[in-house]
Amino acid sequence: MNLDQLQKKLLAAARANPPGDSVPYAFEKRISALLKSRPIEDPLSLWARALWRAAAPCAAIMLVLGIWSFVGQSGSTPSPTDDFEDQFVDTMLVLDQAEETL
Amino acid sequence: MTQTELSPAKAEGLLPLSSEPPLPYSPAMETSDAEVIAAVLRGDPARFESLVQKYSPRIFATARRYARRESEVEDIVQEIWLKAYTKLASFRGDAPFDHWLMRLAVRTCYDFLRGHQRNREATFTDLTDPEDDWLERFAAAPEATSENADAAKQLIERVLEQLSPAARMVITLLEIEDRSVKEIAELTGWSVALVKVRAFRARAEMRKVLARITRDKYL
Repeated sequence: MNLDQLQKKLLAAARANPPGDSVPYAFEKRISALLKSRPIEDPLSLWARALWRAAAPCAAIMLVLGIWSFVGQSGSTPSPTDDFEDQFVDTMLVLDQAEETL
Repeated sequence: MTQTELSPAKAEGLLPLSSEPPLPYSPAMETSDAEVIAAVLRGDPARFESLVQKYSPRIFATARRYARRESEVEDIVQEIWLKAYTKLASFRGDAPFDHWLMRLAVRTCYDFLRGHQRNREATFTDLTDPEDDWLERFAAAPEATSENADAAKQLIERVLEQLSPAARMVITLLEIEDRSVKEIAELTGWSVALVKVRAFRARAEMRKVLARITRDKYL
């Protein structure tokens, strides 16, 4: 069977039989009734709803970060202030040595 | 041409785009739409009813291209009008209202097709007798077979239902409604290049479906 020809024939059939454009009785009244029950939302209410939805994830992230920072501080890892002291002294010594060589 | 010179059906925009050439631009017609839209936006939602009445035939004809069951068609059209109402403020008025509305309609129909993809899996072993007969007549004498037969109409419906949403959309707009690639790009929001690519893939997909029909039937 010639598939190209079949395809053309079937598409011609679709073109020859366009769908109907009839509208159900009082359809516009139904849409009006729906619209009355669903008024246009103002942008402020959309913004407020988005903020409320974001509140829970933000609180969860805050909680996780709080727990993480608390656990991190109470662990055995050296505190960053000790490192900073050593590094500061090393830097000053290097500067001293540099000045002496000049 | 003014609105009074048009036939009553054309003047009210009752004819679908697919069966008739687009209505010629009429400033009087567009002004009335613009007035109605302005009134709705000023807080008079009752005026929206006249737009629904005027353009619903065209929207129903469009929705019926993508959904078979009348309940689904009504749901799609209802959704289109609700979207049109909520997005009415975004209508800038630099093009006719029906263009804006048709874009909304086509995109809603596409969303519907994507949402109902799972229903596409079906076989062709359950072709009806008239469809079977039509295919046999076509195999015997392709030129002599009528495309106006109900069986041919049912068969193309069945084939279109097997296509992916994008393929069905492109085939419908390009091959059945005879729209240009540029028009399709505007309606769907795809780029011209994407429409071309999807049209190429859609034709191939349709040929595959047709090959499956003939294989299921003759093997």
